Amino acid sequence: MLAYAARRLAAIPPTLFVIVTLAFVVVRAAPGGPFDAEQSLPPQVKANLERAYGLDQPLATQYLHYLTAIAHGDFGPSLKYRDTSVGALIAQGLPVSLTLGFAALLVALALGVPLGTWAALRRGRPVDHGIMGLAVLGVVLPSFVTGPLLVLIFGLGLHWLPVAGWQNGNPYYLVLPVMTLALPLIAYIARLIRSSLLEVLQSDFIRAARARGLGSRRVIWRHALPPALLPVVSYLGPATAFVVTGSLVVETVFGLPGTGRYLVEGAIDRDYTLVMGMVIVYGLITLTCNLAADLIYGWLDPRVGHAS
Amino acid sequence: MAGSIPGWDMPVEDGSTAGGFWRLAWRRLRRKRVALCAGVVVVLIACLAVAGPHFSGVRYDSLDWDALAVPPQFGGAHWLGTDRLGRDLFVRTLYGVRISLLIGLLASAVSLVIGVVWGMVAGYSGGRTDELMMRAVDVLYSLPYLFVVIILTTLFTRGSLIVLFVAIGAVGWLTIARIVRGQTLVLARTEFVEAARVIGVPPGAMLWRHILPNLSGTIVAYATLAIPQMILFESFLSFLGLGVQEPLPSLGNLINDGAREMQSAPWMLLVPAAFLVVLLLCFSVVGDALRDALDPREGPA
Repeated sequence: MLAYAARRLAAIPPTLFVIVTLAFVVVRAAPGGPFDAEQSLPPQVKANLERAYGLDQPLATQYLHYLTAIAHGDFGPSLKYRDTSVGALIAQGLPVSLTLGFAALLVALALGVPLGTWAALRRGRPVDHGIMGLAVLGVVLPSFVTGPLLVLIFGLGLHWLPVAGWQNGNPYYLVLPVMTLALPLIAYIARLIRSSLLEVLQSDFIRAARARGLGSRRVIWRHALPPALLPVVSYLGPATAFVVTGSLVVETVFGLPGTGRYLVEGAIDRDYTLVMGMVIVYGLITLTCNLAADLIYGWLDPRVGHAS
Repeated sequence: MAGSIPGWDMPVEDGSTAGGFWRLAWRRLRRKRVALCAGVVVVLIACLAVAGPHFSGVRYDSLDWDALAVPPQFGGAHWLGTDRLGRDLFVRTLYGVRISLLIGLLASAVSLVIGVVWGMVAGYSGGRTDELMMRAVDVLYSLPYLFVVIILTTLFTRGSLIVLFVAIGAVGWLTIARIVRGQTLVLARTEFVEAARVIGVPPGAMLWRHILPNLSGTIVAYATLAIPQMILFESFLSFLGLGVQEPLPSLGNLINDGAREMQSAPWMLLVPAAFLVVLLLCFSVVGDALRDALDPREGPA
């Protein structure tokens, strides 16, 4: 297990290296540059700017410089937000995005698991149909539709919750963005739990537990639910990827000062260093979360052999 | 075609094995009323989107200065209202549906071609090649794909439709590649493939003539499931301002416009959002039913 974890951990830097290289090539291949503003700069000024940021050097040299800087934890200066380093921008926005993402994951688990369990235990009854019907809707509705709709209903219509803003992480302001991000996850997790629990409930060891005379509550909580949770654990990896992309939308809709907008803005403005920095940070988050999900899975399910 | 995969030649529930694979699938599908209704809705919306704008006499970018941001009124000149520039929302939404559908179809086609070829080659080659090809899929899977699309769309001028569907299609092929590879592995071990190999059918012809036809059911089912995914990607990108550009409407940028104006003109959000939701919902219902009908051995959730 430890050896497996170490091997997986060791695979992260090479993967990240491939991602960085690909992103570097693609971002640089894009036409236009960071200094192509609406009012075009005098050529001399532009040349000076490019020299100052080292953009006049051959691409290979720039690439090597960038790799060296990254290895030292330096993301370089942002090309659009002058006088600010990419590192500072990320350090400013990342806590917001992480809070949002983790809160959404927690809410999704806290609501998705019980709802799915409930539906499975009431299979074929109205409760089941109701929950599964909503789940189909939840999976299908994209966050850029649910976000504005939630604002329209709970913010502008009922005046229960604030419409947008961050307010230093005031929980009151977090409700709508977190729900927007969590809704598809809740729906998906509920569906996963329902089908896996139904499958587990039909297996022999559950019948054996029932035959031993265990109460149905004990059978469900102690015997059926733990193995039924496994698919959810393995879904946590893709779920983080989903949260990362979803946060782009949610941060835009609710005007949150997170890092999501930097990726889009950076891509539009050809802010090379900012895009690269975001790719590295988000890549690292996704890879780590995938690893964590796999490790938890292996720890929970002794059948998964990590020997090979 | 039927009978090559274990289970396909089993008697269906009504006790008859008459008819080919497609006929059996149709029989299974016909019993699902909801899916049929959803299919009809998809076709209706598509027809409306293709034909509708021709009859209205208003173009998607024509401005009506006498009707800025008017709410929906039935029987009026703009019966789903207008946006703040006085453009007819009904026409714009239908046009947006058309663009979203077009990109969805083309991107699905791109991703199907890549995914099917990749999966067939990997599954049929086996060994080292298979491992290498599928490892590449695993690595790509672990990346947030929309991320890759965002970077790809910056490659060329923004708003070019061709770039958009190529970029979306280029990252959407992973699931299909996995499924096709799994099925090819099974098919490669069947007697008829072995027989073909014995009489010297070269690998290319084998894949094209013997493997591919047996995958057609799976491919059709997953293509239907891929289309709403692609429509979703497109709207997502357009919502973020990276996809279809003004004045060309797409469901994504219409929703973005609407979200910005929702305090004063909520219909600008609700109309395109409703179209998108209905479209996605119907497509996924049809896709699920098709998968059940064509691929009885349940694909991944």
